[in-house]
Amino acid sequence: MKIHEYQAKKILKNYEIPIQDGYTFTSIEKAEETIKKVEKDFNTTDFVVKAQIHAGGRGKGGGVKYSPNFDSALENARNILGMNLITPQTGKNGKLVNKVFITEAYDISKEYYVAITLDREKKKDVFMVSTEGGVNIEEVAKHTPEKITKIWVNPNTNLEKMDAEKLAVSLGFNDELKAEAVKIFIKLYKCYTEMDCTILEINPLIKSDSNEIIALDAKLNFDSNALYRHQDIISMRDLSEEDPMEIEANKFNLNYIKLDGNVGCMVNGAGLAMATMDIIKLSGGEPANFLDVGGAANAETIKNGFKIILKDKNVKAVLINIFGGIVRCDRVANGVVEAVNELGLKVPVVVRLEGTNAIEAKDILSKSNVKIIPADNFHDAALKVVKEVLK
Amino acid sequence: MSILINKNSKIIVQGITGSEGSFHTQQMLNYGTNIVAGVTPGKGGQTVFEKIPVFDSVKDAKNETKANASIIFVPPKFAADAIIESAKQKINTIVCISEGIPVRDMIKAKQIVDDNNVNLIGPNCPGIITVDECKLGIMPGFIAKKGNIGVISKSGTLTYEAIDQLVKNNLGQTTALGIGGDPIIGTDMRKALQLFEDDDETKGIVLIGEIGGTMEIEAAKWAKDNATKPIVGFIAGQTAPPGRRMGHAGAIISGGDETAIAKMKIMKECGIHVCESPSNIGKKMKEVIEE
Repeated sequence: MKIHEYQAKKILKNYEIPIQDGYTFTSIEKAEETIKKVEKDFNTTDFVVKAQIHAGGRGKGGGVKYSPNFDSALENARNILGMNLITPQTGKNGKLVNKVFITEAYDISKEYYVAITLDREKKKDVFMVSTEGGVNIEEVAKHTPEKITKIWVNPNTNLEKMDAEKLAVSLGFNDELKAEAVKIFIKLYKCYTEMDCTILEINPLIKSDSNEIIALDAKLNFDSNALYRHQDIISMRDLSEEDPMEIEANKFNLNYIKLDGNVGCMVNGAGLAMATMDIIKLSGGEPANFLDVGGAANAETIKNGFKIILKDKNVKAVLINIFGGIVRCDRVANGVVEAVNELGLKVPVVVRLEGTNAIEAKDILSKSNVKIIPADNFHDAALKVVKEVLK
Repeated sequence: MSILINKNSKIIVQGITGSEGSFHTQQMLNYGTNIVAGVTPGKGGQTVFEKIPVFDSVKDAKNETKANASIIFVPPKFAADAIIESAKQKINTIVCISEGIPVRDMIKAKQIVDDNNVNLIGPNCPGIITVDECKLGIMPGFIAKKGNIGVISKSGTLTYEAIDQLVKNNLGQTTALGIGGDPIIGTDMRKALQLFEDDDETKGIVLIGEIGGTMEIEAAKWAKDNATKPIVGFIAGQTAPPGRRMGHAGAIISGGDETAIAKMKIMKECGIHVCESPSNIGKKMKEVIEE
């Protein structure tokens, strides 16, 4: 799960990590009052106006503006709220800015990159820092990997002081600043583990002209499997940032991701669902979605799956590919018949059922009056559905 | 021969009295699996399925029955603790079916599994089946046929698909293993490959991976230097949109490339027979095994 920068900073503040602070507003009438409040509470005369969306690269798209005085902050706030922000991570359609964060401004002496995430290979957390802050870290990793220092943290322990010192030294901190950085790194790791983060990223962490270390940005992602122990994080969820069709699919316990093609697909199991998308493409079609109906699919699940797929106006044909294990194919077949009778069949549907009770299922489909196109195997199913789309 | 489990394995079901646990216990018994005990804290002393004693702890169950394998069907909140409990009792093979275990809990459990030198399969996996001997999982047993191919896969239903294609090409299996798709799993592909390489009965290996992580690459590199048996590979997710599952920091560690295309390329370079299409797995194995 993702949250906004201002929410992530609130969490860091709870861990006593120094942040660039401020207040948010969502309606333009509140802009003036918010800027004045930041001016007073943080004792500042210049500001940064920051769009709050769940995507990085906001500065590149014009969603982050330094504002040297009140008037310029107000002007930037007016421009950013309600803008359609396009960044390298939003896709070409961009994202509507519904919330703006007004913060105090710092004079930056040096920018750093700091992140903690899971190293799946080593099965440990990895703490990464770099002197190349404020830039695209993937480029740094690609071209000058030696500029990234990594420390792997032993699970079941905290970040050791010795390791935190290594990180601090690699960034060139000495004396008092080194001690301060060590404290910050230890707290960041504590926050990362206690809050069940999958990523904690500060880009940039800065040294200010007055020699303070400050988190200027913050990105926290959370392990959705662990949210049951973090009610506070659940309450930070911003549904306006998520795809409405994916939210609806979630309500039905369906795992749906919309894509750009025209062949809708409904499959049980994530691996087979991806393989189905692949074989559609290899057969000359383009998948319209990823949809995993899960291990407990029944007539109701299939019906809901149909509803979601058919809401996508690009869909010209549907492929249902079910390999029954616990899922019984006869129940799936009943679901297909019910769904088609209830929703009406606007596009051709190719059905491939294999595994538990597949023979009974084929019988149900052939005796029903619904016009589906049966397929004998995986390959046959892909060819048939692509043929329908190309007609 | 086979890997990890066989007809002599003595099995504990953790969470045997729950709805998932009891449903699949019945399915496993039908397959002929030698289930000797169940564990549900607070329900010790009961007998289920007419003959299976229930214990409060894995320790009690092991003391009474000398069990050496276990399968876990407990809710995700408690599943990591269930793994740790079995690992500390040195249960040799632990299969965890539960889906949705927090990563942080799994990092801890994995460490304890390794410290105790036991095998964990999963979590979030369909389990393992040694054909006609022992099913320690939720896969439909009837689709598998006895033979000489070992199957390793990250995904459940794609494992069934591979088994089905092998059978349709007159190739049976020794053992099929679903290793699970979570970020932290017990037995990884490299280790699973090694188990099949060391098994005399296995003559060929199917290896099915997915986008994300670099496990397939590690396995392929190991196979290049160590495997003597033909390996047929497939990677699901050639059409998956980038960035939907994985944040940017995650990609930095490996140097960036966790795509299906990149993995397939490296696998090919390491001598693995890679299928472009998921419908060619059985046919491809038939070709290479007859060479």
